[in-house]
Amino acid sequence: MEIVRAYFRSPPAVIGLILLLVVIAMAVSAGWLFPRDPLALAGRPLVWPFSNPRFPLGTDNSGRDIAAQIFYGARISLLIGGVATIIAVVIGIVIGAVAGYYGGWVDNVLMRITEAFQTLPNFLLLLVLVAVFGSTITTVIVAVGIVSWPAPARLTRAEFLSLRNREFVQAGRTLGLKDLKLIFGEILPNALPPVIVYASVVMAVSILLESALAFLRLSDPNVASWGNLIGLGRDVLRVQWYVSAIPGIAILVTVLAVSLVGQGLNDALNPRLKGR
Amino acid sequence: MRIFSLAGRRLAASIPTLFLILIGVFLLLQFAPGDTVDAMMAQMGGGDAKTAEDLRRFYGLDLSVSAQLGSYLWRLVRFDLGFSAIYGKPVATVIAERLPATILLMTASLSFAFFFGLILGVVAARGVNKWPDTLISTVGLIFYATPSFWFGLMAIVVFSIYLQWLPAGGLSDITSTATGIWAVLDTARHLVLPTLTLGLIFLAIYLRIMRASMLEVLNLDFVRTARSKGLDETRIITRHVLRNALLPMVTLIGLQAGTMLGGSVVVESVFSLPGLGRLAYESVVQRDLNTLLGIIFVSALLVITVNFIVDLIYARLDPRITSGA
Repeated sequence: MEIVRAYFRSPPAVIGLILLLVVIAMAVSAGWLFPRDPLALAGRPLVWPFSNPRFPLGTDNSGRDIAAQIFYGARISLLIGGVATIIAVVIGIVIGAVAGYYGGWVDNVLMRITEAFQTLPNFLLLLVLVAVFGSTITTVIVAVGIVSWPAPARLTRAEFLSLRNREFVQAGRTLGLKDLKLIFGEILPNALPPVIVYASVVMAVSILLESALAFLRLSDPNVASWGNLIGLGRDVLRVQWYVSAIPGIAILVTVLAVSLVGQGLNDALNPRLKGR
Repeated sequence: MRIFSLAGRRLAASIPTLFLILIGVFLLLQFAPGDTVDAMMAQMGGGDAKTAEDLRRFYGLDLSVSAQLGSYLWRLVRFDLGFSAIYGKPVATVIAERLPATILLMTASLSFAFFFGLILGVVAARGVNKWPDTLISTVGLIFYATPSFWFGLMAIVVFSIYLQWLPAGGLSDITSTATGIWAVLDTARHLVLPTLTLGLIFLAIYLRIMRASMLEVLNLDFVRTARSKGLDETRIITRHVLRNALLPMVTLIGLQAGTMLGGSVVVESVFSLPGLGRLAYESVVQRDLNTLLGIIFVSALLVITVNFIVDLIYARLDPRITSGA
């Protein structure tokens, strides 16, 4: 409970949590507030925000309700951020844990692969993955997860390197615990907190990666994604700039919220690092 | 010379990494539905199976995967990246045409982000937890959360459409016949918005790292010694703290080189710059896999080169690396 109190003592962390809750509320209430398909035509195209009470945020190039797309877009962004992060963190933990625990040639091989992934610009790799496997929402999510695992892997490995020869691990070894049990049952729980905190960075980057992909029209065109809407608005940027402006603010707020919560957690868990 | 041998050894160590990347991506591309010939046929508006077969034989696509991989790697060793069916030129030529714009953009953005990140980080660290620090940190957080392509679009709306101060895209004015210094200035004008757009997120990261490492170094013993000697604060910062606080910043350049290249895909598309990033996007859309592989090869080389330079700078900043172990 000390951690919770420490978290709520920091104003930015509280603001981040509130913003995140707002985005979650948008995602949850989307179906209830906008029962119709957000990608269905709703009215005249390019209605400016606040000019027609039926469309508080206006309509896009083809007359689809922007407010509905923003609310449904929250679902997509949170889905992508959440699932891609879980994929990246799970791959990263497994590879980092095995590399750090065994060391030697296993570590060498795994770190070479990690290095290869880090040498390759991750957005380029994402483009290749989408070009090869197509751009349904599932493949995009998996692809974003696949390009994001190296950093969590390195973090996990570093934790394992510092933990693997501690007394409690040696005690476990003397008791005859199997490697797998030692890695996932004993060491991992101790190595996890910094990795979990880092997950907020992965999540923020995942949301940004997908929105960039959608902006380039390489993500799933059949879902209401904020990036899609920005890409669409680009065609009418000269006069109807609001079509691109509104979803961009939604992305900004979401990424900001995730980052603030992550930083708040970090400060609460490691009071020593506060103020850095 | 020690610096060079040290960095050279690091460079040699990256060769297996490079091969790993190429083999991995090559195998990945085998999963791609359709190949270059399909794309060409589609562009030509269809054709019969016989032509397709001839074309496949011509491009060596009828061989087994391992044979294709072997011949691809052998050609790469000789720096032959193959032929781009879409552009009708050797891939190496296509990439060489596009590389300067990307390197220009990356260098400009990196310098912008590094320079202002450094200054803002120092200012924030010196007024830690006072209003300049709060302001700078907040702005940094917002920059970090801003999608670069969106920032670019909004910058176009404000600076190109409404204020009409800066061009909305391209690398130079097509209608201008300027030469010499005026041509350079024209290109510089075109690069302002792309540089800001690509540099913004890195500026946010650099200022955060600079602030943290300044705070750390300011608490070290030698700073206390310098203070007790009666040195004035500006001198302590410039002569003693900065050099040490810069180390993490320099490391970050190497780590972020790949991210920056990835970011240039989006930024070059927003500002229609004829660079490598946009080429990557175009080759994905047109399924020009040869070009895509070539771009990945060149990007990996670029990242490795940046890291080599970073190693050299690092060794200069921190003499401990070259002396002793």
